[in-house]
Amino acid sequence: MVGKPSQSDIDRMPAHQRPTMREMGRRSEAAEHPFRTLRGDDGVSGSSPAPAPLTWADLWGRPTILIARSGQKEVVTAACPRALELGLRPGMLAAHARALVADIDVLDAEPDADRVWLDRIALHAVRKWTPIAAVSGPDGLWFDLTGTTHLFGGEDRFCRRLLVFLKRLGFSATIAIAGTPGTAFALARHGGVPITILPSGTEAEALAPLPLAALRLEASALSAAARFGLDRIADLYPMPRGPLARRLGLATVERLDQARGMVAEPIISVTPFEQPEVVRRLLEPIGTPESIKQVISDLVDDLVPLLRQRGLGARKVALALDRVDGEVQNLAVGASRATRDAKHLKRMFALRLSEIEPGLGIETMRLVVPHSEPLGASSVAALIEDSARPPDLAPLVDQLVGRSGPSALFRIASRESDVPERAVRQVSPLSEPQGWPAWKRPARLLARPEPLRNVIALLPDHPPRRFTWRRQDYRVIAGDGPERIHGEWWRRPGELWAVRDYFQVEAEGGLRFWVFRRGDGVDQPTGDLTWYMHGIFG
Amino acid sequence: MSAPLPLPDRPLAEHLASLRAEVARARETRGPALAFDVATIDDRLADHGLDGAGLHEVAAATASLNDDAAATLFAAGIAARFASKRGLTILWALSKFDLYAPCLEQVGLGPDRILYAQGTKDAQVLAMAEDGLRDGSLACVIAEVKAADMTATRRLQLAASDGKTPILLYRRHRTRERCPLDTLSAAMTRWRIGCAESARLPHPGIGRPRWSVELVRQRAGNPFTLELEACDEQGRLALPAAAADRTTARRRAVAQAA
Repeated sequence: MVGKPSQSDIDRMPAHQRPTMREMGRRSEAAEHPFRTLRGDDGVSGSSPAPAPLTWADLWGRPTILIARSGQKEVVTAACPRALELGLRPGMLAAHARALVADIDVLDAEPDADRVWLDRIALHAVRKWTPIAAVSGPDGLWFDLTGTTHLFGGEDRFCRRLLVFLKRLGFSATIAIAGTPGTAFALARHGGVPITILPSGTEAEALAPLPLAALRLEASALSAAARFGLDRIADLYPMPRGPLARRLGLATVERLDQARGMVAEPIISVTPFEQPEVVRRLLEPIGTPESIKQVISDLVDDLVPLLRQRGLGARKVALALDRVDGEVQNLAVGASRATRDAKHLKRMFALRLSEIEPGLGIETMRLVVPHSEPLGASSVAALIEDSARPPDLAPLVDQLVGRSGPSALFRIASRESDVPERAVRQVSPLSEPQGWPAWKRPARLLARPEPLRNVIALLPDHPPRRFTWRRQDYRVIAGDGPERIHGEWWRRPGELWAVRDYFQVEAEGGLRFWVFRRGDGVDQPTGDLTWYMHGIFG
Repeated sequence: MSAPLPLPDRPLAEHLASLRAEVARARETRGPALAFDVATIDDRLADHGLDGAGLHEVAAATASLNDDAAATLFAAGIAARFASKRGLTILWALSKFDLYAPCLEQVGLGPDRILYAQGTKDAQVLAMAEDGLRDGSLACVIAEVKAADMTATRRLQLAASDGKTPILLYRRHRTRERCPLDTLSAAMTRWRIGCAESARLPHPGIGRPRWSVELVRQRAGNPFTLELEACDEQGRLALPAAAADRTTARRRAVAQAA
């Protein structure tokens, strides 16, 4: 057992080596909680000290290469960082690699599986990060980040989040953000750092030290360049373009211009889902309602087989009309349930026909389905008259919504509340709502309870004998109640003790009312014993 | 319906029979009538019930909210019986929503049976009702309007017979004095409903509500007035049991309450 060091020894030690107060027997220090050094669940590193940096040898164990058969020989297509350290390079013969390093893992390359992964990540990017993303080459992805990175806290932060995301999937990656796709391609593959963010306008300088292979040149152009002694991209800048094109091919010049941003290079994005679309280009511009209706009818007839073939039903159909003067008019109809009934779609468009302004004429009409749902075949039993199934209300709902707007149509459903005005809520017209408990309720409910005057009633639980409502006196001949409804303290603190005692009363002449008294007539905090009219029975 | 010319050599009985057959056929094409299952009413109605493909108008006897509620429930009960017969949904088109759905459930119109359509003005309500009628997939349509002229009611009547769907046009009072049923209309039947005092119970409480039901006009029939008991859980009306000591009971109840 080691004795306690003296205070002077401790003071001489560097700060991180000093013993903690606990080790020195001082109990006043709060103990660290035991979970502090555990790794957080969310993948963010906690406050624990960083572990010793991993080396590739620890990570990979043995050097690993992937090989693919090409013709009669096996070629290395990829090598792990450890294998790269040992001098193995992609493009070597597998036999050569085996001869160089005996203790090596050799696996078959799976380009198709790689491609599936790239496609999945590209689709994920289109859905979550940016509207334009594409797979580039066998090992890369292009994202058009224009105007999107601020949503993720800036370019740098986005890159780091992306790296963490890929790491969780089990991938390592290098990311480069540049003004042109070509430069980003080159920097990501040959930049040598995990994250490169290039200020715009400096593409040419950034590209200069990179090898020619970074320009996506063809193999013949690369070998020709090697013969001419062209090594770096900077070597191409001073060369006159004519001889360059003659020696390395026109494609090389184009790639160079694309990388420097002199020629546009659009990214063709993957689309997560191809919307069903039909187009009719008209020989002559049309403008009459009959002809527009006819073209809509033809378009719907084109669209329905397309939907049926893909097993889809339209929830929303958008009609785009290109006018002669370049204006585009859009008209959309929505269906409350997925449909591909041509008659129904035509009827919905016919209702909206008056909104179309043909102007000088319409030359192209296009029907797109932006929102669709899977829709299987429906059974023919619906056509038989005596089937027990109730008829489908969706066409009628769509028609009424088309006439009066989506908020006009609703059903009333129950809500878990005993307070009468809170027990009902509006739901969508095609839902199937539940009912209420069978307490006696009035046919029409006043929008808000109206106070009664001159009420004469026995306390605590008798209906009123007479009251005045809307300047008219009523004499009660029969009554029933009380039905006690307590306030809902979980909604408002003021309702903690509130009580309403509801009575049904019948006045002379058969006038039946639903009145209530605030308070139970015994305890003061339950209410002030005022009377209100709340509803009218039939 | 074109009656064949009475030929001199044709016997009168045969002619009458052919006329009757033609009337029966016309009635069949209109759809079956919905009986009230109260013999006193059904016997006085020309169709022995409410035409299942026609326009019927309902209005409150006075502008008071009580009669209004009674007339609403009368219409809801009829709609519930139309819906229960065919197991379908009804459309309730209105411009001002103050119905209380739990009560409608208690006359047989559960929340899964009613589709509400709220328009901004009467013309829109009538248009939506007409759409519902022509669609033909509904059991019944109720439209609440303040004003509907002859043209509008005739359109509804034609749409109802086209779609084989009945419509109940609920006419709200515009002014306190004038009954909304005074105007011309193409309706098959026109009803005016008011509240009446319920039967007194031997114990404290309110008996089954009663209404004074007045058939103001019907095609091919006479008007009548009845006092009936209000709708039950299936929307059925009932004839009150004869009460021998009614006046006595009432006096006692008033004395009790006072």
